[in-house]
Amino acid sequence: MQSQATYNYKVVRQFAIMTVVWGIVGMLVGVIVAAQLVWPELNFAEWFHFGRLRPLHTNAVIFAFGGCALFATSYYVVQRTNHVPLFAPKLASFTFWGWQLIIVLAAITLPLGITTSKEYAELEWPIDILIAVVWVSYAIVFFGTIAKRKTSHIYVANWFYGAFILAVALLHIVNSAAIPVSLTKSYSAYAGVQDAMIQWWYGHNAVGFFLTAGFLGMMYYFVPKQADRPVYSYRLSVVHFWALIFTYMWAGPHHLHYTALPDWTQSVGMIFSLILLAPSWGGMINGIMTLSGAWHKLRTDPILKFLITSLSFYGMSTFEGPMMSVKTVNALSHYTDWTVGHVHSGALGWVAMVSIGAIYYLLPRMYGKTEMYSTKLITTHFWIATIGVVLYIASMWIAGVMQGLMWRATNPDGTLTYSFVESVKASYPFWSIRLLGGVLFLGGMFLMFYNMVKTIAGQKAYSAPVVAPQAAHA
Amino acid sequence: MRSILTVLGFVCFLGICLWAYSKSAKQGFDEAAQLPFTDDDLPVRKDPDQQRKEG
Repeated sequence: MQSQATYNYKVVRQFAIMTVVWGIVGMLVGVIVAAQLVWPELNFAEWFHFGRLRPLHTNAVIFAFGGCALFATSYYVVQRTNHVPLFAPKLASFTFWGWQLIIVLAAITLPLGITTSKEYAELEWPIDILIAVVWVSYAIVFFGTIAKRKTSHIYVANWFYGAFILAVALLHIVNSAAIPVSLTKSYSAYAGVQDAMIQWWYGHNAVGFFLTAGFLGMMYYFVPKQADRPVYSYRLSVVHFWALIFTYMWAGPHHLHYTALPDWTQSVGMIFSLILLAPSWGGMINGIMTLSGAWHKLRTDPILKFLITSLSFYGMSTFEGPMMSVKTVNALSHYTDWTVGHVHSGALGWVAMVSIGAIYYLLPRMYGKTEMYSTKLITTHFWIATIGVVLYIASMWIAGVMQGLMWRATNPDGTLTYSFVESVKASYPFWSIRLLGGVLFLGGMFLMFYNMVKTIAGQKAYSAPVVAPQAAHA
Repeated sequence: MRSILTVLGFVCFLGICLWAYSKSAKQGFDEAAQLPFTDDDLPVRKDPDQQRKEG
């Protein structure tokens, strides 16, 4: 490491490969639970029941697939844009193995029914402590690398990654505060509506910082790199960053409309959610306009297709989100499949697609190559995934609005027009279409896996030498 | 007290916007925007494609 210094590609490579592996696992569980809704017979065992597999699906796709993608790309970007290898490489290696252990523990405990029952924070306290330790190590590696940088500026992507790391540490530690009664059981440190508010302050910011800020960091590096042009407006990216930071933390109460939460708190949540449209679209425009003057590249480059389409879905779901946070709209949408559709337009359309694009960019570079084994397969993956997302979200919109309308319909004498089970029956065709969409998206991931194996096969792992910052060539 | 904090937060944000769009920040931003391009991250190893054919 002294004379011939190289960037630490090992940990990037490990996380990048596991992104694809956990993506397949998490999405496969998603396809299974979607099938369980269509064919209830598939709920054949306690540990294989929808109620136990659903949290496994959400944890696997968010924290295993999304988490590995964030670790991989943030470790890559922070090294390359600061021109230094990672700080504390052993600690970086610990974050990899620690994170994999957490994922395995989740995959064991959740089907066994060991859960705190807090959404996206289901894991029990011993695992929570492990997460906190790994996360603090991640922060030390990341900020330590920035501290020893060779450049005067800290590139904007690092700001987004940094905010994501800090905010998730804060959210996780506060929301996971609990009183353990045994190794596998604990009770939340908060009670009643306070508990609900803290849970959704956490829950919404898991979306805002884990699933948004981190992936925006990805966008601000990989879109300019793949398009070979600097970001459309750097000053807009600065305003984008601070606007997100100032507003996201306050949007959580929109998950608790018409509950015991005080009305004014609900209204604050709704107003901040509406304000969020501005920075979200600012970021989307900044990303997409980076391509201005180079639109032709979209025609031939499937990695750019993934990145730019992800931004379109980001724009779509960040318009939909504020709209759904309006109380009167929420009265129709809440508890229906509309929410599920909204989440997946963000999760599949934005988060998964931007990650897939970034991983296709990273993988060949990790093995000293310039491109993946097959560009054609990436194009096929892109189209399968896009059709899958569209089928998924369109079917959920229709099912959701239909459910909302059926639940609120009343007869002239005030009785309900439909029983609940009638709305379930009416949803079946749309649940089948959703399953098809999910199968297509998962199929695309298998193509990616095959492409990855062919790219890696017979290749030696590669680490690029550290270079001093030079004048930009672009 | 709470209202003061809200107003302070807002003023602070306006300040950031003014600063971001000021002339003095422009040069630094132009440099920062080029950071991803200050090193070529394509591999320098010789002819990796040749290796693939062999492998």
